[in-house]
This record gives sequence, structure tokens and C-alpha cells, in this order.
Amino acid sequence: MTDQHQAAIDVRNVVKKFGNFTALENVSLTIRDNEFFTLLGPSGCGKTTLLRSIAGFEQVTDGEIQLFGDDIADLPPNKRPINTVFQNYALFPHMSILENIMFGVEMRGNDKAVARTRAGEMLELVQLSQFAQRKPSQLSGGQQQRVALARALAPQPRVLLLDEPLSALDLKLRKAMQLELKAMQRETGITFIFVTHDQEEALTMSDRIAVMSDGKVQQLGGARDIYETPDNVFVADFIGETNLLKITVDQIIDGRAHCQLGGGHKLTCNEVQGIGVGTQVHLSVRPERLFLSTQPFEEESMAATVIENIYVGTDVQSIVQLNDGPKMTIRTQNSELGNKAVFDLGTNVFVSMEAGAARLLHG
Amino acid sequence: MAGANIKSGIATDTYAKERYWLLLPSWAVLLIFIVVPVAIMMVYSFLTKEFRGGVIWEFSMAAYDQFFFDRGLFGDEPAKIEWTYLNIYWRSIWQAGLATIFSLAIGFPTAYFIATRDAKVRPIWVFLITIPYWVNLLIRTVSMKFLLRDNGPLNSFLQMLEVIEEPLHIINTNLAVQLGLFYSYLPFMVLPIYAAIERYNFSLSEAAADLYASKWQTLRYVILPTVKPGVIAGCILVFVPSMGAFLAPDLLGGAKNFMIGSLIEEQFKGNAGNWPFGAAASMILLTMVLIILMVFSRQQSKAQEA
Repeated sequence: MTDQHQAAIDVRNVVKKFGNFTALENVSLTIRDNEFFTLLGPSGCGKTTLLRSIAGFEQVTDGEIQLFGDDIADLPPNKRPINTVFQNYALFPHMSILENIMFGVEMRGNDKAVARTRAGEMLELVQLSQFAQRKPSQLSGGQQQRVALARALAPQPRVLLLDEPLSALDLKLRKAMQLELKAMQRETGITFIFVTHDQEEALTMSDRIAVMSDGKVQQLGGARDIYETPDNVFVADFIGETNLLKITVDQIIDGRAHCQLGGGHKLTCNEVQGIGVGTQVHLSVRPERLFLSTQPFEEESMAATVIENIYVGTDVQSIVQLNDGPKMTIRTQNSELGNKAVFDLGTNVFVSMEAGAARLLHG
Repeated sequence: MAGANIKSGIATDTYAKERYWLLLPSWAVLLIFIVVPVAIMMVYSFLTKEFRGGVIWEFSMAAYDQFFFDRGLFGDEPAKIEWTYLNIYWRSIWQAGLATIFSLAIGFPTAYFIATRDAKVRPIWVFLITIPYWVNLLIRTVSMKFLLRDNGPLNSFLQMLEVIEEPLHIINTNLAVQLGLFYSYLPFMVLPIYAAIERYNFSLSEAAADLYASKWQTLRYVILPTVKPGVIAGCILVFVPSMGAFLAPDLLGGAKNFMIGSLIEEQFKGNAGNWPFGAAASMILLTMVLIILMVFSRQQSKAQEA
């Protein structure tokens, strides 16, 4: 019962087809009340279609969408207590900022005075009170974005949908808005469902993330789960940077998989369910969890040659060629350059990884 | 003034001169086809009439006097207001306004329908709208007269279906004039509205629906205000030519439903004509249309400021 109560949106076996194209393939997920939930994936993965199905702009082909326990699949968008911040903001160009924000409150059956008071509060919340009488075209992109947010929040929806709302802003503003959105979600206590293709944005803001591709949810979990324990190759590759290496499992002893990497290099890592001896699988290890040294750091350190050093500000990215093996990328933080050195091109080095950094993946 | 927003001084001079030359053709067109004809008409309206058409070059206010005042058969009675022509004008405004409303009622949904089709088939729909206009207006109006008459195809068809027993008397009524005007000018309503709706960003409709607006509220509060310039253009393009139309009222409306266009036409046709009076009637029509448009546009800009 409590569990039922906690679900703001319950998506059950939802299928959405556009002609022959399947945009959503049997998607099921539960979004909890008062959570910042992100749908993350590359373009065409179905995240926007799922969002539009929740908003009511798309009729699902099959399956059910529940809002706090009520099936809303047959309700038109104007009958759903869910509001959207659109990617292009979709502010009404002929109305003032104030009128834009009042619109939803009025259409919900409140009278003008109530709508005006509410809109005034929202303008204060997004710090745009002095622009109340302006037209949307007289505002900058960031300001328009905030108006769109205020307009969507004004009718006090139960769930707020955000369709890549920050994609049109420049980097600095985007970073600032990320924090602002996160703070606003916490203050209002409204469930936010955020759609983005930017994994960094997703990691920064979300309580939980659903990584999608090809119309399916690939993994659902907190930022740390998804980054550190990806379920499959797609998630590991899509979230952050990773070294994906093809390996063969030699034997499994006490929950540890002993693996063979090309060129005679050997690696040991935690066993993953469903991966048996002799199978060819992938190994994922994040560049920042690898380090270089001139002498072998441990038994499994792998001999390699530095072939590239790229300075990227916060750290240096080194690319090494394993002897008789694949290439790997290593990130060394700039502050640590003293102890964990970056080596000149052509230096013979050894690559070692932190304990537990390597993860075996299906596919 | 011209080129003021170009920073370089040298460029400004060169462009300014070049610009005037490039503007020459449009100035010429405006002069030859608008200023000169209106000027000729204005001059003629203040001349004395010749009995077999044409004018005598002598200043006279007689045409305007005849339009507004009734001085009896011999012109020696005290002046009363002449209602004959004012009534014709009033009827014309009324008919044109009605035709505009009908065209809008049918034209807007039509334009909306076309603009919301797939981008590939939209030109086909626009093309279909324009096809009837490849045939001359006179021929179309005469055909319409044939279709609408008491024993014409429309009535026979309705009688065949047993919808009606006696033929409907449509011809020589206001309804026939309305049908004629509506049919003649409908595309002028559809095309500008179509152009406006095509530019309309339909995510605004989604936003309205998302903010609890019903379909009607979306139309009323979001779509209509956004495409208003197209609607206004359409209304002007239907209203103005409807005011001066003479084919539809002449052929379909008969003598009772006389409109300005027919009145003016008669003054220049045959021996009975009165050129200065025709010119004066035209000037009055021109002035009236200008006043209506000016009042309209002033109200528009006031509404926009509010």
C-alpha cells in the first residue's frame, strides 16, 4: 500500500509504434513521488516519446500509464495534472510574461485575480518580477527558459515534465540552471521528470536515472550505480568515458573472474552473474581509475607504451598501446602530476588499475 | 536617411544613390497605375457632364451635389438629403461585410485544414483551391446564374431527391449575391490565412493543451491571436473587392440588389452615362473604404498596445 502511494508515475508495459517503427518497446518503470527522475539516452532512443506519452501528446499503442494509481492513458493532455517545460519553451508570443504564466492557472478554472497572484509568486520565484509586462521575444534565452518553468509550475501540477529544457543555453548558464532546477525541485516537492541526452547533466541533477536506447530501458538506478556499475556495454559506453576491452574468462575462483586479455595480459575482477568460463565478454574500466608507472605496481600491471598525451585542463589524458594488445586511455588529475606522473611519448610504462575498478559486462 | 544603418560613410553614399535607382521601377508602377488614375478620376469628378458621355472642361460640383442632395426634378426645390445612392452604398457595405464573414467562416477551417496536412501534399491543396480561378470571373458568374435559376440543375437535383417540392427562388435575391461574392473571393480569404497558419508554431497548441486549455480555448486564446495578421489580410482582400463588385450583384442579384459597382459601371456605359457622377461615386467609394480601413487598423494597433 505504501509502495503504491509512493509511485507518482507508473509506466506499465508501454509500447508505442509509429507505423512500422517501434519507438517504445515494452517499457516499464516507476517514478517515485517527489523525486528528480531523468530519462537519459541518445537521440531516437524513445525518451522524448515516453515523456510525450506521459504528457498525453502521444497515444500509447499498448500498455498503461498511471498517475498516483489512476490510469491516465485515455485522458487528453488538458485533463492531466501534469505540465511540461518544452524544449523550445513554446511561450505564447502575443502574451506578456505575466499572461503566459497566468494562462494555465486560468484555464484550470481559477479566476483572474487568483491567477495574477499566483503568477506574481512564480515570477518572484524565478526572479523575473521586473519583466512581467514584457513580451517573450524581449527576453534572453535563459530568461525565457525561466518563464517556461514558471508557467509550467504555476498551475501546481503533480508532475512536471522537462523536455531537454537546457539544450539551447550556453554552458555557463546551463550549469547555473541545473543547480537552480535541482533546488526548485527540492523546494516545491513536485516530481520532476527530466529528459536529456547529456549524461553529465543527468548525473548532476538526478535522484534516479533511466538510461534508454532503442526504445528500451537499459538500466535504472542512481547516478553512482549507473556510472560505477553499468549493466551492459551500452550503458558503460554512453555514461562517461570508458575503456571497453574484449576479454575471455579463463576461470572463476571464489567469486573472482580470471581473464585473458590479448597479448598475454591477465586481469582479475569481480564475477558477474551469468558470465561463464570460456565466454568472450567485455571489460569496462574508467580512465580515471587507471594509473601509469615505470615499474610494475602489482602482479597484473600491464606493459605498454605511451603514444599520446592530451591536456584537457582538469587532467591529462594519456593513450597507451599495450604490448601486443589494445589501446587504453588513462586520466591523470593535474593536481596529482607530482606523484602519479605523466610520461613522455614513447616511454615504456606499466598500466595498473585500482581495486574493483574493472567490471565485466554482457554483450 | 537611406542606408543610415550602414556604418561606412563611403558605402552609404554609393548605396543610397544606387538604391534610388533601384527603386525607380516600383515608383513608376505606383505612379502610372495608382496615382495617375486616381488623379484623373478626381479631376473628372469635378467636371461638367456631356450628354452623350464624356465631359466638358468646366469646373462643377454637380456630381457630388447629385449624390448627396435631392433638389427636385428641376433642381429648384430646397435641398433634401438624397437617400437613393446612400442606400446603395449602405447595402454594399452590408453585403460586402456579410460576404467577408461567410468567407471567414468557411475560409479559416479550410486554411487550417490545408496547413495541417503533410508538407508534401499542401501545394496540391492550394493548387486545387486556385483551379476555378483559371476561368474568367464573368463566365463563372454566368454559370452560377444558370445553376441557381428556378429550373436549373440545383433545383432539379433537390427536387429529384425530394428535399423540396417547389423550386427555391435563389436567383435575384440577396442570397444569390452572397453566394456569388463568396465564391468569387473565397481564395483571397483562404490563401493569406493559410500562409499565417503554415508559419504558426504548433508546439504552442501543445503548450496550451498542456496548460489545461480545451480545443476551443486553444483556438480562441492562442491560435487566432497568433495568426491574426493573416485573418485581417484575408478580410481586407475579400471586403474591398466585394464592395466594388458588379458582376455578382448585376447577374445574380437583379435590379433590386443594386450595388456600388453596378452604379458606377452604368455611369460609364453607353449614352446614358454621366462620367463626372461615376467619377464622384468612385471617389466616394474610395474615401469610404480608406476610412473603414483606417478605423480598423487604428483599433488594431490600440488593441495591440493594450
